Amino acid sequence: MIGLNHYLIVAGLLFAIGLIGVIRRKNLLMLFFATEIMLNAANVAFAAISHYYNDLSGQMFAFFIVAIAASEVAIGLGLLILVYKKQGTLDLDDLASMKG
Amino acid sequence: MENLVYIALFAPLVSSLFAGLFAMSPRQTFVGVISSLLLFVSFVSSVVLGYHIATTGASVHVTMMDWISVADLHIPFGFMADQVSVTMMVVVTLVSTVVHIYSIGYMDHDKSFNRFFSYLSAFVFSMLVLVMSDNFAGLFIGWEGVGVCSWLLIGFWYHKPDVSREENPSISPSWAANEAFIMNRIADLGMLVGLFIIFWSTGSLQYDVVFAQIPNLAPAVLTAAATALFIGAMGKSAQFPLHTWLTDAMEGPTPVSALIHAATMVTAGVFLVIRANPIFSVTPEVSYFVAALGTFVAFFAASMALVNRDLKRIIAFSTLSQLGYMFAAAGLGAYWIALFHLAAHAFFKALLFLGAGNVMHAMHGELDIFKMGGLKKKMRWTYAYMGLASLALAGIPPLAGFFSKDAIIETAFNEGTLILWAMLVITAGMTAFYSFRQVFLTFLGDERYKEFGIHPHEMYGFVLIAMSPLAILAVIAGFFRDWFNAFIIHLLPNYEMSEHTHHLALVLGAIVLVVAVSGIVLAYIKYAKGLKRSEKTENGLIYKLLANQYYIPKIYEALITKPYAEISKLLWTKVDMRVVDATVDGIAKVIYKSGDGSRKMQTGNLSDYLNWMAGGALVLLFITVASYVIG
Repeated sequence: MIGLNHYLIVAGLLFAIGLIGVIRRKNLLMLFFATEIMLNAANVAFAAISHYYNDLSGQMFAFFIVAIAASEVAIGLGLLILVYKKQGTLDLDDLASMKG
Repeated sequence: MENLVYIALFAPLVSSLFAGLFAMSPRQTFVGVISSLLLFVSFVSSVVLGYHIATTGASVHVTMMDWISVADLHIPFGFMADQVSVTMMVVVTLVSTVVHIYSIGYMDHDKSFNRFFSYLSAFVFSMLVLVMSDNFAGLFIGWEGVGVCSWLLIGFWYHKPDVSREENPSISPSWAANEAFIMNRIADLGMLVGLFIIFWSTGSLQYDVVFAQIPNLAPAVLTAAATALFIGAMGKSAQFPLHTWLTDAMEGPTPVSALIHAATMVTAGVFLVIRANPIFSVTPEVSYFVAALGTFVAFFAASMALVNRDLKRIIAFSTLSQLGYMFAAAGLGAYWIALFHLAAHAFFKALLFLGAGNVMHAMHGELDIFKMGGLKKKMRWTYAYMGLASLALAGIPPLAGFFSKDAIIETAFNEGTLILWAMLVITAGMTAFYSFRQVFLTFLGDERYKEFGIHPHEMYGFVLIAMSPLAILAVIAGFFRDWFNAFIIHLLPNYEMSEHTHHLALVLGAIVLVVAVSGIVLAYIKYAKGLKRSEKTENGLIYKLLANQYYIPKIYEALITKPYAEISKLLWTKVDMRVVDATVDGIAKVIYKSGDGSRKMQTGNLSDYLNWMAGGALVLLFITVASYVIG
């Protein structure tokens, strides 16, 4: 039988994978993917806990996150294209113009 | 009548502010004229007030507003015109008006003409606050205001460089101004302590409240209060050992000297003792000390004047000496005689100074009387004025000085203090000698100034006319003695000579007169024909001692000024730079270093920031979990 804990473990693993991606990856596009994975990890946890408590508001929240993630990706990809056009690269090590 | 009090008090302030508006612009004669007119308005108001008080016998009291009102402390801006303050007001405003008009002529060529009038009027205003206040706090404001204005005026020619003490005993105007200010500050501490003692023991600073409580106070408290107040008076009136600033103050323009000596500054100390007479009259030890110190200073200052060569310094020493007379009278309980001598002295001393100013103007700033002589031909009026003033100062009847000074000497006899009496009589002879030594050396004899290529000329006519009221008063003021006595005893305790003294009055007067006249005759024999200097006298011990002011300025420099400078330097290099500065610099350094170190975090690389952020989130998570587990 698959219980709540299984779902939460999957969500935690997904989140950890996303986090490592955010930390390790140097390509901005990959960073976006990694953040998407983290958001979806949260969605899985929300849906599972919502089902466990028989409360729909968790699932509602998951939908909101999906909607916001979609719009964020739309804007983010637009910005990425602009950055690429301007700088010719998406590598973070080459984009350090704010060095103090 | 209330309005007159305000007009008398604030006309000089208006004058000062008005002249201040033009302080930065070039010389404008109308500034001087308007200032003089405003001072004259103040004088007229004072005279009308004086007439009102003399006829009705009632004093005028006004409270402008509350100044300080905290817990038990209530100090209003209250002013009053009673017999004592109205006497001072009339004297101060009269002398000041004359000095203002005089300054229009005297400061003719000075580029800071307008600024000068601003300071001069502010000086008068401060003095009026001092004499008119109805409480000790207001008196203290005026007291400090007078100090500040004297600093501004003595150092009026602040651009003159410092020179050595041998070249000019007062070094430079700014040095003299600082000396005057600092000496006064030392004495003001005594004054402040006196005010604290009074407030502590009576709970008020209003004169009437304080004086009404005197019978309830312990003798020790009264003695302490009287001593502290007198220390304040010693500074302002330049009594020994705080006297050196007065002669150095001669560095200021001559009208300022006249004002300081006759009206607005040094008389403040005497005024304080007279005003606080209920305190001094119940503390006989302090009063006797006042009298003894006054007598000593009278003698001491007169002795230094005997050999001095500087025209203005001689007059300054004579002021010091006459202040000694006033303190002697006040200390012996004859407050009204002290006040009378103060007023009479103001007239002839101002006249003497303004005359000296004329001579200085004529001699292009030269003040050495050994380089003058024979000026009578060129400056007839100045000669007449200065001769008259010197006669009054020497106490020759029927001039003002005779009546006032004679009364003081008689008081000393009446009190049975024969040593004081003898010293005062000898001082009277010395006064006559040095006054006429100066007059004869300046105006009679051979014309020594010719060697120096100086072409003296008489002062402007309007200046000489403006000086005439002082000359008239120097002659006639003495006749008002009985009238003044009747006027002032409404407020001050009367002082009557005993029967015994009364019988001897003629003899005593004759002794003083003979001593004074012999002083004049001696001066005539020695100096009227011309200057004959003798090497032997001038190299003698006593002459050198006197000419160097008993070496007191040098002793002060060696014992106080130099060690103080050394200690200051030590504290500066050792304590201030090594401890205080080092601490402050250390704090700054830590912040600089930590900033520099943490700057490396800001690489501009988004990836690094995300690492920091993730690390931070993990730390927060760890803390949350840990606190949950522990808690």
